Amino acid sequence: MNVVVCVKQIPDPAAPQSLDASYNLNRSGKLILDEADTYGVEMALQLVDQAGGGEVTVVSMGSAADLAGVRNALAMGAAKAIIVSDEALRGTDALGTAKVLAAAIRRVNPGLVLAATESSDGYTGTTPVQLAELLAMPSITFAKSVTVTGDTLSVARQTEAGYDEVTAPLPAVVTVTAGVVEPRYASFKGIMAAKSKPVEILSVADLGLADQVGPAGARQQIIDVVTAEARQAGEKFVDDGDGATKIVAFLESIKVL
Amino acid sequence: MTLNTLWVVVESANGSLTTTSLELLSHARTLASNVAAVTWGTGDHAAQAGEYGATTLYSVGDLGGALPGAPVAAAIAALVGAGAPDAILVPTSYDGRDIAARLSARLDRPVLTNVTGLVDEGGLVTEHPIFGGTQVARARFSAEGPGIVVVRAKSFAAEPSGGAAATVVAAPVGELGAIGAARITATHVEEREGPKLEEAPVVVSGGRGLGEASRYALVVEAARLLNGAAGASRAIVDAGWVPYSHQVGQTGKTVKPTVYIACGISGATQHMVGMKGSKNIVAINKDPDAPIFQIADLGIVGDVNTVLPSLIEALKSRAS
Repeated sequence: MNVVVCVKQIPDPAAPQSLDASYNLNRSGKLILDEADTYGVEMALQLVDQAGGGEVTVVSMGSAADLAGVRNALAMGAAKAIIVSDEALRGTDALGTAKVLAAAIRRVNPGLVLAATESSDGYTGTTPVQLAELLAMPSITFAKSVTVTGDTLSVARQTEAGYDEVTAPLPAVVTVTAGVVEPRYASFKGIMAAKSKPVEILSVADLGLADQVGPAGARQQIIDVVTAEARQAGEKFVDDGDGATKIVAFLESIKVL
Repeated sequence: MTLNTLWVVVESANGSLTTTSLELLSHARTLASNVAAVTWGTGDHAAQAGEYGATTLYSVGDLGGALPGAPVAAAIAALVGAGAPDAILVPTSYDGRDIAARLSARLDRPVLTNVTGLVDEGGLVTEHPIFGGTQVARARFSAEGPGIVVVRAKSFAAEPSGGAAATVVAAPVGELGAIGAARITATHVEEREGPKLEEAPVVVSGGRGLGEASRYALVVEAARLLNGAAGASRAIVDAGWVPYSHQVGQTGKTVKPTVYIACGISGATQHMVGMKGSKNIVAINKDPDAPIFQIADLGIVGDVNTVLPSLIEALKSRAS
């Protein structure tokens, strides 16, 4: 079974974030593989192992100037990468991204497509299911476990109250939650091997999507960005053994106790 | 009012429309003269939908065990073909996000998510908290509608309008083929004691500062003594200490309790978005520079594994 994993290189979420003059997230610093994507990569590697054949392809949209994050996925064990990189993609929205990924994924014809539930920079959380609709595949989101038996996919899917057991025929799109599997660390051998694995870089023109991406394709615009009403910090004490007493007094003052 | 018609996707649970659905209906009727609701399942929600402002209730009906995303989106897309609203509002939930995403691709219309405010400024303007809620991006659709708007829980108040029962109109799904093939074969409910996380007046949440999974029991105990619910940061949910249903934050639940007690939570952007609206915030953290202290009404700089056991003792001695 061939599996595609959608991954994204993002600015380090722990570093300060900013917007550029066009209200796009500033991506000029170092980019890393979104940690949320490492679970999909690991899951894909395990499923291909269990199927006893096939390979994992990572597909990503974004700058190809620094591919350290994608190389990380290859070092974990993915066989190859397809990157769609083009200046024209700046300002592309979630649906435009799904169109780009769908066009790239059609070239691989996978049995299963995995993605994170949402990226850790934009948090839109709709791209994988938009992708499923464009690829005419069923989708199961928020998977906490994934099994493939023959041509049938079985997923434990998070719900408000617990989880549902959900099945679908392959090919399908699945989004995985963090913690679904424990992502492996790349071995030294893996890191060395990743350097020579194939990375195909495509442009928007290669995919025939010129008028559907960028700010025009997004058909939405940010009007302005305003400072949110600030919450004032209150009192801060170093605990001298009286921390709990202070909390109890506070709870009394707001009539919770 | 420049908006004529809004549609609201409404979900039900335990025989009633969900609170977020009612919040969306309530706000929709302040923005548009015509509000219609769209729902699925076997329950009869015409009276409640009407009470909160919908004049029409499009009913997709029983899905026969199908995962709702694809069939509900297909039914809405067919309705749009017969007459489009200005925008379609969808609650942020597991199924809501699936429906919005499917609908967006099916209609080839953009979707805006993580919305916490909706105003009419000669057209719909959406508000999105960014960077941990320190800033708000305001956006609008710039082409032919209907745009799809996915709104977070607790963004608006749910207020009945006293309207009559909505007129129910069937919304058939049609043939879907492979895309509608995901089926629910079993449902598991994780039992939890005490009030629901989203509704509890007191929420005690734990984070990485607890050090290890077993100490989450302290958070549960403190929550129980305060008649509250136990929450968690994404870090410890990802680490497998606690089930996802406890997660508070961007990816988890939005809570606005009377008091939120953050134990060993540093205050990552992802977490703050889900609890910043709490009436009062208490934080216990070892790091005096932890971002959580910037929004805490009471901050205790100390080890949560010392402070929390003392707090539990103090609460127990009051109770006895």
